[in-house]
Amino acid sequence: MTVKELTEKNIFTLVNDGGNSDTVITKPFACDLLSFAMSKASADCAWFTVMGNINTIAVSVLADCACIILCEGAELDEPATVKAQQQNVTVYKTDEPVFEAALRLYNLL
Amino acid sequence: MFDTIKFTYKVSGDDFTRAGEASSDVKGKLKQMNVPPDAVRKVAISMYEGEINMVIHADGGEITVEITKDCITMVLADKGPGIKDIDQAMQAGFSTAPDNIRTLGFGAGMGLPNMKKYSDEMKVETELGVGTTVTMKVYI
Repeated sequence: MTVKELTEKNIFTLVNDGGNSDTVITKPFACDLLSFAMSKASADCAWFTVMGNINTIAVSVLADCACIILCEGAELDEPATVKAQQQNVTVYKTDEPVFEAALRLYNLL
Repeated sequence: MFDTIKFTYKVSGDDFTRAGEASSDVKGKLKQMNVPPDAVRKVAISMYEGEINMVIHADGGEITVEITKDCITMVLADKGPGIKDIDQAMQAGFSTAPDNIRTLGFGAGMGLPNMKKYSDEMKVETELGVGTTVTMKVYI
């Protein structure tokens, strides 16, 4: 499934369009501790987390994530929003808990 | 193709809005140079962890990255408090990061262990009250 197809499914709310609509999502990945995410997130994964700060964006860029899905109603803070726009990172949000949200994507892949 | 390319970055202390910029910039440059993705990833992870350590613990510092055709060398030098017990600091899960850092998602005690794991060689030189210099190499 591509990022564009995920957006079209309309199951998560698009917060920032990173312009990588053709990126193929490989798998869901769930983690909130950035050092674990940094070393375990594989390229083109969809990263489910509740951390919506600027460092989440930095780790996503360095780990080559396809997109970030903020769960549990977490929001991107202002500096993170600006960074996501600058670095072309696709970010969604959902009120669902991390597991349910990740499972929902898993079942679509 | 090229002999040696060298970049230097200043890292600001306690500025999480810019933390990761140096690592991100190096990653972009390595990709442009067609360095294999595996080596790019190893550099990105180990350098980002080092960069964050400088921001959290050492009030910033300087990173020098030297790229040759077969090796990327990163030297991270700070004038921070130094590391009291290196063996303890190298243990996965050991952290001295304050609570406000933990709320940002850091402080898992995986910084130095990740740096060692993802670099091919790592040397830590530290002196209490003087500073720390970490040298990491990733072979291409």
